[in-house]
Amino acid sequence: MNTFSHTSFYDKTHTVFGHHNSKILQWIFSIDHKRISLLYLFVMMGFFLVAVCLALSMRLELFSPGQDIMSPERYNQVFTLHGVIMIFLFIVPGIPAALGNFLLPLQIGARDVSFPRLNLLSWWVYVAGALLAISSLFVGDGFADTGWTFYAPYSIKTGTNVVWALGAAFILGLASILTGINFVVTIHRLRAPGMTFFKMPLFVWGLYSTAWIQILATPIVGISLVMVIFERVFGVGFFDPTKGGDPVLFEHMFWIYSHPAVYLMILPAFGIASEIIPTFCRKPIFGYHSIAVSSAMIAGIGYLVWGHHMFTSGISETIKLIFSVLTFFVAIPTGVKFFDWIATMYKASIEFKAPMIWAVGTFVTFIIGGLTGLILGTVGVDVYFHDTYFVVAHFHYTMLGGVAFLMFAGFHYWFPKITGRMYSEKHAKYAFFTVFVGFNLLWFPMFLAGAFGMPRRYFDYLPEFEIYHKFSGIGALIFATGIIYMLITLYRGWRYGELAGPNPWNATTLEWQIPSPPQLENFGTIPYVDFQPYEYINGEPVHKMDLGVKEGNKDA
Amino acid sequence: MHNQPEIIYDKQGNAHVIVDYNDDYIGAKLGFWLFLFTEMMIFGSMFLIYAFYMFQFSDTFVQYSATLNVKMGGTNTFILLVSALTMGLSLVRLRQGNVEGAKKFIWATIVLALIFLSIKYFEWSAEIHHGIYPGSPTLKSMGDGAVMFFGLYFVITGLHGIHIILGIGAMIWVLGLVRKGKITPTKFVVLENTALYWDLVHLVWVFVFPLFYLIH
Repeated sequence: MNTFSHTSFYDKTHTVFGHHNSKILQWIFSIDHKRISLLYLFVMMGFFLVAVCLALSMRLELFSPGQDIMSPERYNQVFTLHGVIMIFLFIVPGIPAALGNFLLPLQIGARDVSFPRLNLLSWWVYVAGALLAISSLFVGDGFADTGWTFYAPYSIKTGTNVVWALGAAFILGLASILTGINFVVTIHRLRAPGMTFFKMPLFVWGLYSTAWIQILATPIVGISLVMVIFERVFGVGFFDPTKGGDPVLFEHMFWIYSHPAVYLMILPAFGIASEIIPTFCRKPIFGYHSIAVSSAMIAGIGYLVWGHHMFTSGISETIKLIFSVLTFFVAIPTGVKFFDWIATMYKASIEFKAPMIWAVGTFVTFIIGGLTGLILGTVGVDVYFHDTYFVVAHFHYTMLGGVAFLMFAGFHYWFPKITGRMYSEKHAKYAFFTVFVGFNLLWFPMFLAGAFGMPRRYFDYLPEFEIYHKFSGIGALIFATGIIYMLITLYRGWRYGELAGPNPWNATTLEWQIPSPPQLENFGTIPYVDFQPYEYINGEPVHKMDLGVKEGNKDA
Repeated sequence: MHNQPEIIYDKQGNAHVIVDYNDDYIGAKLGFWLFLFTEMMIFGSMFLIYAFYMFQFSDTFVQYSATLNVKMGGTNTFILLVSALTMGLSLVRLRQGNVEGAKKFIWATIVLALIFLSIKYFEWSAEIHHGIYPGSPTLKSMGDGAVMFFGLYFVITGLHGIHIILGIGAMIWVLGLVRKGKITPTKFVVLENTALYWDLVHLVWVFVFPLFYLIH
């Protein structure tokens, strides 16, 4: 990394135990938020690829009817492991801990997060949780086969190693809480002078709402999972009907967290979209305030809709209707965001660079995912669709086609900032189209299969569903190829790309006013922020600053 | 290491201090309050489970509440209240510049916490001696309501006990920091946060005590 004209955070770092000569120790003990973000990023992407492989093995099993490559029991474990990795190891920490860690201080003009050592601790806790989850594969009767939801009473009765998986999820929740606390304090305390809440970039708004969900919802699932552990170890009986307990209570407590958790995943993703759209439309974002407030609204209402996961569990008719109405209500702030993004694009001269294509592609897939969510939020229809492939297709359209796609959009958008180099625009676009085609081919047939009655979590199916599984299988292969293609493109950009310069996109937020890659402690001079985050005149940013650390001026 | 605060000026020439993330008293307290929120959500979830089964088995809950030892529970409540006072006084002493006095009050809090735990130990042993513990056949034979009541009793007081133990650990750590001179009359946020934590632990008990001991 010596080709850059400045020393970046790749050359210098703060570590928690003073100086280390070993490069590895310099990384894993670094308290620099940028390094921690990359630590998260690589571990997370590693697990993502593992979970993609697990998904491919399931698709392979389902490619033809009958048992092909795995037993039904193994299939149950594979989809549980796929779910646990994707939820707890990839998508929950995903955007906040990886991209958010890198960008939050940069976007608000801070030199680090409020608690750098806590930040490192949360990565270590995350790794410990990941190791516990993985080691449970090789202990006892293997990984849990309950599905990532760990529903009682099956999770109390099954012979597989549920306790370790629950323990892992609990520890990962702790890591998530620590990140949340860190971010809320950072946003409250370390914004550059003059930057009021309504002058913050919208990605920061997304992170802020997310961090509150992490703080207030994660403890509930944490303690519920601990209760299941107690159930198995001590036989307490809260969720065990043979002892007078109620399994539905577990479902409530599980979804009180896990439904807000999906907003925890999507809100920072929406934040990424709100960064990318004005940059490539080269005009101020339409309805800044409404986007900012809608994030907080989604976080708030998102707390009150968990019951829509339980329409078939025997809860009362009145409460079902209330949950259903509230579920529809979440669509309003989400719709506001989409309206604002599209209004920003209206009559703009849009540059369709790779990040913009990813973002616009996500609008297509997420709208399909979001609107099918409304179908599922309708009580009568949900009773029919419950636990079918329709649900599976819906949440993959929102989580993969929403959160993960926008995360990839963010990777492309901030790639030049993080690495200082540029990837091949051409290959990045081809990779997007491969993923996009594969994705729709993979998931859209599942809407149909589900609507015709294909149940989820089955390792086999009736012959009439074969055609959908064939399409899905081929789509899965194309999708996985596209992901590999994208990662190779990014890798080649990192190794051999051209130098990007501080602001390749002509973007306006503060992270683009410092060198790429950023230096240790980010800013030499911290600006007084008395302007909006997205100010363009005639397609050019209004404020251009050089805020980098000047070598020699400041002994960092 | 202790630099002058960094100052920047806006267009009107007004000075603005840049918050130093390494030394931010308000940030440290804000972060700790957020942590206390997560604790409240954890105990809140337990109280939710309590409310759920209390509603379902009201009569049994009242019946078995009478079997708990109110004297021991009451003594423990009193001990925790006093310990919250001593913890608070240690902070007052420290801020007055009386480091030795502060240390004494922390020790007093630790001793009170240990007494609390020993009383708890005798209470639990008495119940376990009667065959009442989660998963025991005796408890199962007493019916579903009893299983839930004593299940909640052991889990919630156990969870609270773990918090007491963690609190003792935190206080010993604080004493070490005082000895090393990392907590001083002008730099006391760690002790202040520990006192906040101890207040939460005692406040939770103020709810736990009536819910189990006083509902008959």
